[in-house]
Amino acid sequence: MMNKLIFGRYIPGDSLIHRLDPRAKLIASFYFIAVIFFANNWQSYAFLAVFTLGCIALSKVKISFFIRGVKPLIWLILFTVLLQVLFTTGGNILWHWWVFTVTDYGLMNGAFIFCRFILIIFMSTLLTLTTAPLELSDAIEYILRPLNVVHFPVHEVSLMLSIALRFVPTLMDETEKIMNAQRARGVDFGEGSLVQKMKAIIPLLIPLFVSSFNRAEDLATAMEARGYSGGEGRTKYRKLDWHLKDSMVVVVFAVVTILLILIRN
Amino acid sequence: MEDIIELVDIQFSYDPEAERNALDGVSFSIKKGEWVAIVGHNGSGKSTLAKTINGLLLPQQGSVKVGGNLLNEENVWDIRRMVGMVFQNPDNQFVGSTVEDDVAFGMENQGVPREEMLVRVQDALEQVRMSDFKQREPARLSGGQKQRVAIAGVVALRPDIIILDEATSMLDPEGREEVISTIKKIKDQNNLTVLSITHDIDEAANANRILVMQEGKLVREGTPAEIFSAGEKLIELGLDLPFPEKLKAALKERGVVVPTEYLTEEGMVNWLWTSILNK
Repeated sequence: MMNKLIFGRYIPGDSLIHRLDPRAKLIASFYFIAVIFFANNWQSYAFLAVFTLGCIALSKVKISFFIRGVKPLIWLILFTVLLQVLFTTGGNILWHWWVFTVTDYGLMNGAFIFCRFILIIFMSTLLTLTTAPLELSDAIEYILRPLNVVHFPVHEVSLMLSIALRFVPTLMDETEKIMNAQRARGVDFGEGSLVQKMKAIIPLLIPLFVSSFNRAEDLATAMEARGYSGGEGRTKYRKLDWHLKDSMVVVVFAVVTILLILIRN
Repeated sequence: MEDIIELVDIQFSYDPEAERNALDGVSFSIKKGEWVAIVGHNGSGKSTLAKTINGLLLPQQGSVKVGGNLLNEENVWDIRRMVGMVFQNPDNQFVGSTVEDDVAFGMENQGVPREEMLVRVQDALEQVRMSDFKQREPARLSGGQKQRVAIAGVVALRPDIIILDEATSMLDPEGREEVISTIKKIKDQNNLTVLSITHDIDEAANANRILVMQEGKLVREGTPAEIFSAGEKLIELGLDLPFPEKLKAALKERGVVVPTEYLTEEGMVNWLWTSILNK
């Protein structure tokens, strides 16, 4: 059930996009999401779509992964588009019934919102598919570093993030184990009414919680035994390197922004 | 040889209202370069003892001396640098997201410069034969491999003492043997002192000395041969019988007169063939 989730998964590879600095990728994807809102006509959306597809082609990840990434969100997207189409007023009225109006202006807006959603999901999926979770947490730590000035615990947050990421597969395995152990004792997961389903979760959740507490205690002891005494005076083993190609990303995005401003109305 | 660890009359209890202390008047000393095994039943205070040595637990009474320094709250971090610990659960002590990150974790804490870390990580991983797994995530390693990484993390810190707190108890026989032989090799190469807390008879047999704990007290002390000659009583002490002892017991049952002193597997083989030829 958890393998179907594409969002947030990493696919190892060795393309240009894979080798980019995670900071460049993280900032670029956030920037792209902001820039999308500048687009306001067909030409500008087409331009951004071509750009996105170009990035995807560069990453050498199959397009089917991206489409699968959209799937779980498709109902949300269609619902939003539908609302947009049915309730927008202005322009030529094509169809009218009770409170619903379909106008050519509304149709166009709906299509734009659809494009916007798809492009945002494609771009963020591209980020997570080509960047290892650990690299992402390194990038987040680096980007958050200025917040140290306002006494935001950057080191602690990034440590928690990397420990959380490291334990995701371990806890998944354990969940599976506990589920099977409880099934062997006659617990039915995912059957019966909603109340019954919820009740069946309890023999899974409580052992999982308790074992997480035990794990946390063991881990804290092991960390302390290895000399961990907080963020001060630590050196870092992982290093992020900013290369020429990462600077190129900045240039490319600047060019994209300029072109977009020229194309829009 | 100088004493590297010295414990004098340690009293410790987790709960002041408890009937008996987790540790009750434990005193012993360990010489530099020695391999000492601590054995005993569950709840005999072995793990508590290990944690008092590097200051994870502070005893209510008694003194702990490591490398000639009396352990107190000021030098606890210096003492932790001298003592490397490997714990029981391979999953729960893996801090890093990949093998190399985990090995580097302890060095990061000590502020070792990055260039030095790169060398030491490589070196430590080679010593435990895990260099090919550098980039692997813990979820894709076996239990024995994870324990070897944990050992590499300790070795990279260049400690004087390694404490194995039931480090092999969650491994299969193969992984167990692997880990023990790795430790043995590293101990000889770096002249380390090893303190291993264990239920495993082979691990205890490797030691120079065995300490037996019972209900928070140190009840017996001796070489493996001395301890193992206790025969059936070993089970009461929380140890399994070594294979030669099992064989002896089985022979005795069948009316064969066997020597009372402890024999290693090799010694047992020698005794068997000489006694058959002498018939």
